[in-house]
Amino acid sequence: MAELICRALRDGALDGEHAPALTIKDSIDSPFGPHVFNHVLAQLSANILSAKSQSQLRVLDGYTDPLGWKVRLMECGNISNRSPEASNTVRLCNDVRDLDKLSLSIIELGRELVGQGKGRFSVAIDSRLYYTLSNLAGINSRLFASSNEIKNELSCHAMLSCYQVSCAFWLLHSDLHEVRVTAALEYMSSMLANIEPMARPTNVQRGNSVNLSLLEQNSNKGKFHARLKRRNGRVRLMSEEFCIEPSGIKFTAVSSDDGMITQSLVPKVQFNLQLSEEERIERAKVVLPFEHQGMHANLSFY
Amino acid sequence: MEKRFDDERSGNEKDCGVVHLKDLDTEFMVCMLDPISLKAVIEKWSHHLLTRKNQSNFDFFLTSEPVGEIRLTSALGGGLIEDASSASRSGGGRVLLIEDCVETSAAFVLHHLIKRTLSPPHSSAALIIFAAFAHPFSHYDRILRKMGCNLAVQRDNKRFVFLDMLTFECPDGDGGGTFGGGLVELYGKIQKAVEVSIVNGGSRSISIMIDDISLLEVAAKGSSNHVLDFLHYCHTLTTEIGCSLAVLNHEDIYSRMERPNLILQMEYLAEVIIKVEPLATGLATDVHGQLTVMNKRNFDGPLRKKSNFHFRVKENNVEYFYPGSRT
Repeated sequence: MAELICRALRDGALDGEHAPALTIKDSIDSPFGPHVFNHVLAQLSANILSAKSQSQLRVLDGYTDPLGWKVRLMECGNISNRSPEASNTVRLCNDVRDLDKLSLSIIELGRELVGQGKGRFSVAIDSRLYYTLSNLAGINSRLFASSNEIKNELSCHAMLSCYQVSCAFWLLHSDLHEVRVTAALEYMSSMLANIEPMARPTNVQRGNSVNLSLLEQNSNKGKFHARLKRRNGRVRLMSEEFCIEPSGIKFTAVSSDDGMITQSLVPKVQFNLQLSEEERIERAKVVLPFEHQGMHANLSFY
Repeated sequence: MEKRFDDERSGNEKDCGVVHLKDLDTEFMVCMLDPISLKAVIEKWSHHLLTRKNQSNFDFFLTSEPVGEIRLTSALGGGLIEDASSASRSGGGRVLLIEDCVETSAAFVLHHLIKRTLSPPHSSAALIIFAAFAHPFSHYDRILRKMGCNLAVQRDNKRFVFLDMLTFECPDGDGGGTFGGGLVELYGKIQKAVEVSIVNGGSRSISIMIDDISLLEVAAKGSSNHVLDFLHYCHTLTTEIGCSLAVLNHEDIYSRMERPNLILQMEYLAEVIIKVEPLATGLATDVHGQLTVMNKRNFDGPLRKKSNFHFRVKENNVEYFYPGSRT
């Protein structure tokens, strides 16, 4: 399923249509979004390479100095210049709040790669850290006022409709943002990858040790739900499980003993409609006082 | 050099922990061991332990009792905390988040980190930049002196840079917009201290500590956005220079908030979370609280590990032990 998503990104946009967009969404209960993001980025890069085209990477660095503090401190002579210098591959962005400039920079970088012709480029927005480029995708609900959030979403929308963008994908931590912001992004995306923990805390209160023990349970695995919107309007839902290994993330089919779906189909009643496996075994062990002895068995008297 | 006791792990990997035996000349560290495994390790490596047992910087010591009754002082929690804070030594910066609540203060964790960082064998290459919003220098000096560490001397030796932020207040509450004051200036001071240390002494282990985030937020006139801006810039120092960042925060302040963004963002950012809570069963004489360490990044992979200990704060140190091992 993750492969299906990567293939959809590889196939890119058709003429006159929006570029396919993927939202990778995680939460603090299962913060493995960056692993999925890296996997998608690696797969996309490998797909581009296998198509014999040259895969190049340009980085718009909005992490090092997102608000221009370092530039201003350097200008005053308070600190020396230790930031990585801008190069052909890396360009520094010193004001991520200027959304127009930021989206323009992304498109400029892409055009430097493919030129003004028919070539297309992919856009990956890694917003795993606080507001690093995340406002472009409209997912920073904290730093900016509501009006700006809408503007962010519009910027993102404009980027998708840029005729040279082949595909775009971004990562967001859903619990850091307002529901309407994440919902708007999900509407905008043709694909959604939702990362959920294997076990959810029943106690909604944060910070107790019970939740931490659940975190341990979810320490290196989780569920991967994907929603793919097709061009004709059909929506396809899929689920997988993943496991984080030192070599990378591994996706597996949902294990068959997971009875979550079956359980949810059974109507909720106050009594049990069926016996569990344990109950069934226990019932079989019970010796009834007057049991049928069979036709040819020796007669026993109680 | 790092050795791993694979044989100890193979039997019962979930219950048993990992032993990191770093270069014996510099450091020995025991992490996450249940008593049975610890006994096995001690038996196997008793030669090394015996040769090192007189070293004052050792986190645990052998008593005259049989091996099975080894007394732990701070090998459990302390070892993990130090493991968590050994950022520069392990080659990359780490973010350590310490969370406490009003019933149980986690200040002792910060004190432990200061002491361990400034103690041999790391002291010659260590630098701590301490932004204190909670207490004056004399407070930390008295506590650390009891623990056997003279902060005034360390400050004179340029190993401890103390930034007194008690009277700090952001002009018009804007940390990022106004240059020349507020959090931009504070960040400038921190980066300047880092640069001076690198140029002069070539410190290999630089730790930035903030006590505490909630008071920093008060100084920023309640603007958690500006606090996050500031923390982001501190975080860039961990990736660019390899500094470690340790911050203390009071979790219960945000307990009534539906979406405590500051805490959540910090938890996303942190690679190690140390949570200090009171016992769920209430106050006890011998146990002052419980300490939970969650290490998101282990040495050998991205797996997260959680350890839980009980502790008792004593006059000069803190005693850590497994839940239920004290009656």
